[in-house]
Amino acid sequence: MKDMIERLASKFNIKDINEHKSNQVFFTAEKIDIEGVILYLKEFEKYDQLTMISCVDYIEDGKFQLTYLLRNYDLNNDACIRVYIDRENPTMTSINELWAAARVYERELKEMFGIDFPGCPRVDDPFVLEGWDTIPPMRKDFDTKKYSEETYFPREGRTKKDPTEQMAEKMYPVEEEVKKSITKVFRDNSK
Amino acid sequence: MRPIWNDTKDLDLKSGKYVKIWQGPQHPGVTGNMALEILLEGDEIMQLNTHVGYLHRGFEKLMERRKYIKCFPIVCRICVPEPDTNEYLFATAAEDLAGIEIPERAKWLRALNLEMARLGATIMGIGGQAGSFGLGTIGQWSVAHRDLILDLFEELTGGRIYHMYMLPGGVRHEPPAGFEDRLEKVLVKTEKLMYDIDKVMFNNYVFKSRAVGLGVLPKEWIKPFGVTGTTARASGVKYDVRKDHPYLIYDQLDFEPTTGTVGDVYERTVLRKKEVLLSVDLIRQILAKMPRTGSVRTKIPDILHWKVPAGETYVKAESGRGEYGYYMVSDGSEYPRRVHVRGASYTHAMALLEKMAEGVTNADIFGLMVSLQTCPPEIER
Repeated sequence: MKDMIERLASKFNIKDINEHKSNQVFFTAEKIDIEGVILYLKEFEKYDQLTMISCVDYIEDGKFQLTYLLRNYDLNNDACIRVYIDRENPTMTSINELWAAARVYERELKEMFGIDFPGCPRVDDPFVLEGWDTIPPMRKDFDTKKYSEETYFPREGRTKKDPTEQMAEKMYPVEEEVKKSITKVFRDNSK
Repeated sequence: MRPIWNDTKDLDLKSGKYVKIWQGPQHPGVTGNMALEILLEGDEIMQLNTHVGYLHRGFEKLMERRKYIKCFPIVCRICVPEPDTNEYLFATAAEDLAGIEIPERAKWLRALNLEMARLGATIMGIGGQAGSFGLGTIGQWSVAHRDLILDLFEELTGGRIYHMYMLPGGVRHEPPAGFEDRLEKVLVKTEKLMYDIDKVMFNNYVFKSRAVGLGVLPKEWIKPFGVTGTTARASGVKYDVRKDHPYLIYDQLDFEPTTGTVGDVYERTVLRKKEVLLSVDLIRQILAKMPRTGSVRTKIPDILHWKVPAGETYVKAESGRGEYGYYMVSDGSEYPRRVHVRGASYTHAMALLEKMAEGVTNADIFGLMVSLQTCPPEIER
């Protein structure tokens, strides 16, 4: 793992190397280098499986952090590449030609974070959401509570009624009529 | 040269040769909803597009607004048949960031819980595979048998489907008295059931004639499509997280990952049967080797005001369908900054199914879909 990082560092500008587990390393690469770094890891270091692509929104810095996680079958370890891209008009190079799995991830990122991957097939098709017209939902400035209050309205609650009247009017109309028709009951005790 | 997965056919849709039909979103044997948009020429599928979005509950977004402990009722709902992998991974990711070591007995109990969940999910998966080829009886057997395992879960954790047994720092409590004997009885019944299924399903003319040779997944496609689990092992790629990245106590157990060579639907189903027997074996090993004394939970900070140190980590485990991973980023506050769930069938279900469906007949698409262990809830999260 250390050798791989040394070889990579001699070719590309990488920083923030974090190796807190023995079989996993996180490092940051420049956006301009990312295609080279991934291709180098795939072709020369045998990191030939793409496990996932994920994104973290650092709204306070105005950046998105993309995380690419590659796996090496021979050494049984993972290389996690961080790339920072601007939050305004975010665009990233597509790697769908290297891994088929990247297509689905990129399509999801386009919908959930609004990051564009030019050249990725079906990237503009809706993935999960249909007819979404506000900012992408996984961004930190998307307020879920405000959105649901504006979009969905609570149903009107039931009106309250006195149960005895309700029963009398709706359930037993016939008995009620009979009861009302008898105004007075006479009882003669002399007989 | 364009890679195979980006090859698209130029089909003249106005020629009148093709019919477009929609299948789903409900499918036999698939836990979840996913629509298939199929373009047919006669009975043969020329093009397939998958459409998800029927189950989106925004779990990843919800977790960013909740404290760590309040995420547990959410994470288990990401995968219905096998929720324990999610619980384990979420707990482990938080422990990993906070630097918490769990007690030895808790590790064994977690492994026991994971194996029981895998057992139940895999048995139901076999039933689903049989159901997709019209052998409904086996589906009924397997669902009835899974209920016995759910009874055990109810004893152990209090819940049948969603357990929330593993929490940061260990597991909630000890198993009840006599639990191991009752578990052993269910294991014996499982072996009998697998013997019956072997006779009725794997030697069945209908099943064999339809499943053999259907949906062959070449070994070269495993890495580009990111396939893991039994689907990859059936094609000859020997990768099992339990063996290659041992977590919990799996390095102390004696087992060999199941592998195949052909990689068709039949082989993948045979591998699932072997997985069931492997799980039975592993549970027996765990029961034999597990320490009987010791605490099951370590002390952790006040759980409602727990500030997890800043950092990021990726943890993974082998679920019944392949590698399951959690990528967690913390910024030092009480809420997770980002939780990304890498579902095991995320890539099988969409990119791979769309490619493999070409040339398959309309009636066999369910069998193919179930054999890839499609689980739509973990695609949408």
